[in-house]
Amino acid sequence: MPSLSEILNRIRPEVDFTTAQHFIEDGLLDSFDMVTLVATLDQTFGISIDGVESVPENFQSLQTIETLLQKYGVTL
Amino acid sequence: MNFTYQHKRISGILSVVPANEKTFLEEMRNYNFPEARSRKLMEVMGYGKHRLVEPGVCVSDLAVFGLQQLFDRGLLVPDEFDALILVTQSPDHFMPTTSSIIQGRLNLKHDLFCMDINQGCAGFLIGLMQAFMLLEQESIRKVILINADVLSRKVSPQDRNSYPLAGDAASITLVERDFNAPIIHSNLKMDGTRNEALIIPAGGFRKPSSPETAVMEDVGDNNFRAQDHLRMDGSSVFNFVQVEVPPLIESLLSTAGTTTEMIDYFICHQPNRFMLQKLADKMKIPHAKMPMNIVENFGNSSGVTIPMALCFNLANELKQRHYQCCLAGFGVGLTWSSMLMQLGHLNFCEIIDYP
Repeated sequence: MPSLSEILNRIRPEVDFTTAQHFIEDGLLDSFDMVTLVATLDQTFGISIDGVESVPENFQSLQTIETLLQKYGVTL
Repeated sequence: MNFTYQHKRISGILSVVPANEKTFLEEMRNYNFPEARSRKLMEVMGYGKHRLVEPGVCVSDLAVFGLQQLFDRGLLVPDEFDALILVTQSPDHFMPTTSSIIQGRLNLKHDLFCMDINQGCAGFLIGLMQAFMLLEQESIRKVILINADVLSRKVSPQDRNSYPLAGDAASITLVERDFNAPIIHSNLKMDGTRNEALIIPAGGFRKPSSPETAVMEDVGDNNFRAQDHLRMDGSSVFNFVQVEVPPLIESLLSTAGTTTEMIDYFICHQPNRFMLQKLADKMKIPHAKMPMNIVENFGNSSGVTIPMALCFNLANELKQRHYQCCLAGFGVGLTWSSMLMQLGHLNFCEIIDYP
């Protein structure tokens, strides 16, 4: 199973997500990257993240994404 | 707001698409994005092909072409319909109404109720509601509902948020009385406080087009557009759909005393594949019951996408038997609406190319 930062690097290879803290605010992920990330997480972990949870607050950092995934029973 | 209608049916649907087809792959170079990211997004959103009018082609051109085809093939008799409703956000002119232009170009009778309705993605349902109300009048025997838009002419080719999704099309729906038809349920909500989520800022009387409104601006995320272009706040629209549409449909089904399992097809407006997948998953609707393939084949043609989805996915079925269908339209306004009706035994249901 790929790590979260590996998944993110497939979308934005040039970014070091392990040290960044504000993915959206700092422009490391734009709204379309977020859509791509949600689709990738759905596919990778066999879940369907609720549309209302596909909001920037849940994709600000590795920690917020992990917290979101935990709601769907995914532990990394 | 809930509505019910009795003794009404749709008896035929024709969709008209411009023959001019472009693909996301050939347009990708217009966007200032790495190719790999664009390709990934293409898979997720369902970017594929879209149909766009050639410069100068207007809504009345698509509508007149489609109606003439129906007349020529004997599928529609000009004197048998008494109202012509056009739902569009891209009229030929500010005045007169484009429905009057269509009437004139086809030399239709003077005893014809013509009206334009300015509506977008919920426009098929709102047009149907208007048609049903007109059919309460004894003098109105049949209604022609035309949904048509050529909004690609108002979308910046350098706006990756909107241009890959843009599609032009028209649909002609014949609506009439049928005393054997089961009751139709519908509901509708509107929220004008969020009107700027989907807007063309300039070109109306509030902000007339000028050299300044035509200047291309960097609007972030490497997208460029002018104030004369359509602006869509994608995140807001996505969130609006996910929050508002499921309870609307659940309320409709509850009012009608039915359940998701009892519905044969959910035919929704087609903004993009991702949004529809999320909607289906949230409502626990099997994807096979909810077609999501119009954007990737034709583009998002606003109020035309629901009739287009019916013609593209269910043409043969809808000519042979009846199906219980839940329709849902949502978008500009903001407006969201759903309708539960039996569809079937259509006299015509197909897509044709505009030359």
